[in-house]
Amino acid sequence: MSDQRNISIHVPVLARVEGEGALDLHIKDGLIEDLKLTIFEPPRLFEKFLEKRETDQVIDMVARICGICPVAYQMTAVHAFEHLFETEVSPWIRDMRRAFYCGEWLQSHSLHIHLLAAPDFLGFNSVTEMATRHAAEVRRGLRLQTLGNDLIALFGARSVHPVGARTGGFYHAPDVDSVNKILARLQDAREDASALLSWTASLPLPDDHQDFISVSLHHEHEYPMNAGRIVSSAGLDIDACEYNDHFREFQIAHSTALYSLLHEQVYLVGPLARMNLNHECLPQEILAQLNDLKIRFPSDNMFHSIIARAAEICLVIDEAIRLLENYTLPQQPSVAWKPRAGIATAATEAPRGLLWHRYSLDEQGLVRDAQIVPPTSQNQARIEQDIKQSLQAFGLNHDEDALRLHAETVIRNYDPCISCATHFLRLNVQRD
Amino acid sequence: MSEQHQQPRVAVHKFSSCDGCQLAFLNLGEDLLALTERLDIVFFAEAGMMNESAEVDIAFVEGSISTAKDAQRIRNIREHSRYLITIGACATAGGLQALRNLAKSDDWVQAIYTNPEHIDTLDKVSPVREHVHVDFELWGCPINKNQLIALVNSLSLGVLPFEETDKLCMQCKRQQHACVMVTKGSPCMGPLTRSGCGALCPAFGRDCYGCYGPAENTNASALGQRFDGVGLLSTQISNRYLSIYSNEQAFACTGQGWNEES
Repeated sequence: MSDQRNISIHVPVLARVEGEGALDLHIKDGLIEDLKLTIFEPPRLFEKFLEKRETDQVIDMVARICGICPVAYQMTAVHAFEHLFETEVSPWIRDMRRAFYCGEWLQSHSLHIHLLAAPDFLGFNSVTEMATRHAAEVRRGLRLQTLGNDLIALFGARSVHPVGARTGGFYHAPDVDSVNKILARLQDAREDASALLSWTASLPLPDDHQDFISVSLHHEHEYPMNAGRIVSSAGLDIDACEYNDHFREFQIAHSTALYSLLHEQVYLVGPLARMNLNHECLPQEILAQLNDLKIRFPSDNMFHSIIARAAEICLVIDEAIRLLENYTLPQQPSVAWKPRAGIATAATEAPRGLLWHRYSLDEQGLVRDAQIVPPTSQNQARIEQDIKQSLQAFGLNHDEDALRLHAETVIRNYDPCISCATHFLRLNVQRD
Repeated sequence: MSEQHQQPRVAVHKFSSCDGCQLAFLNLGEDLLALTERLDIVFFAEAGMMNESAEVDIAFVEGSISTAKDAQRIRNIREHSRYLITIGACATAGGLQALRNLAKSDDWVQAIYTNPEHIDTLDKVSPVREHVHVDFELWGCPINKNQLIALVNSLSLGVLPFEETDKLCMQCKRQQHACVMVTKGSPCMGPLTRSGCGALCPAFGRDCYGCYGPAENTNASALGQRFDGVGLLSTQISNRYLSIYSNEQAFACTGQGWNEES
């Protein structure tokens, strides 16, 4: 008789992830025999809905793919269109788009760290439980999240599905007084952000080293957000328009989301991948703090994602302060543009990783077809690979509750946004 | 402990959606902690409360119904809830994904169903009210925290809140924004759209695109004619009606009419 157990773990609804996902794990004779991360968010078919729409309506519609990162979807679409139309935007527009995007990183990262991820590392089921023991830290996190939301609303009127972005720029420029109020709050929050970074580095994070390829944008002058080339830790360096030549999406029966591979290999997108590839673009002060905390990037510990998120919170506060410090009203918050037919592509860095859009437009600027590759479908294969490796490292002899919690912790560490992960399932029909 | 039982027990459920309306809770900031002192939240998967089958006083439902499992799940929720409240366009009216109901191409619809054992999808995306009785609907894509807090306050007093059915135009006038249709010829949906958002788009100098859904007594076809008058193509007019609320009769008829002309 073997003392090795056969265990089936079924987690029907994953807690503290955005969207609907489930995990099935089958261990036989002490080895993981089968592991499936199932995404059962029904296909929402967004790419089909965008057909025959004008670019400005697309910007309003793609926001609805994800309530947590609508700015990422809007910015990726707008950059794709303007690239095709050869629209030259003013420095004001470029700067304010980056400030707008900073708001989303601040909001989304704060939400993820405090409401979704940190309870795992401190042994709580929810943020409200965690608040009973760590009230000051939770309140600090919620304040940062609110500031991020308010920064989005400065440019977008509201933080979920904001209404400010348009092809060529913004519908509206915020007045100087509103900008100065947010600026003062950003300056006050910088200390909170540093304290948060130190706090994440002090969490009892598992020490789990893995071999993975990081993929993100890279920009020669700034930490990547709205612009840059797509690079990888394995030497990839391409323009967004070359994406389909290197990355392949495919369908797996158990999930409604598509999977994605780079040169047939699993890869990582998100804050850790970004930090691994771009840490040298961080301001000196953040690098010095990381050094003091003895955190080194590039890191191969997946659980350093939460520290990368906190470092990016410091970064976006610094960036937003820099961009808004000498704010003046522009003559026009947008520039004129003319539609033309062709292929529009762009990639930006959503809070949870690389987001890529491709649109084919007709001569009136209406969408012929669209392809959207969100970060979570790019990470899906990596998450499954990570769960397998992490559970082996953790020890399959743990009881089922411990295994389940560990697997969930691994998944939540990626901040998977399952609502975004579902898009139109392209199907190859083979007939004999 | 007895105090614990006096707090209303609340569940937040998600169906097909972007998660944006649940954020009306999670984006409350420090008020979120105050709210959890007033409410006993027993199920809210995104926030980590996992008692899905508990009896509750208030069930908030986000998202539209698009699978057979969803249809069963919403019936269970109804059975265990005193008040069932839909939050947002998807739960209340089907949302953007209800555009799938208008798809003409059988080919692509069938292509999605080739693995029915894996992708369990009903023919139509539908709002919650087509499946179970709904006590109150919060309109909006997304809803905002003011609507949510007003609702919680009303229900704590044992009454349903006042339903906002007025047109956005009225709210916009009261806020004294220049009419974007009159001054710029922008195709504003304000004359048809339910107020409640705070007239965000006209305040930014742009046309309303109807994200709070149809108001009462709308004249959708007349506004369609007006859009034609300001120079919109048939496709553009149809696109304005067939968007977040394509499943609502008040917008669907006019939208389909212009779609056929395009």
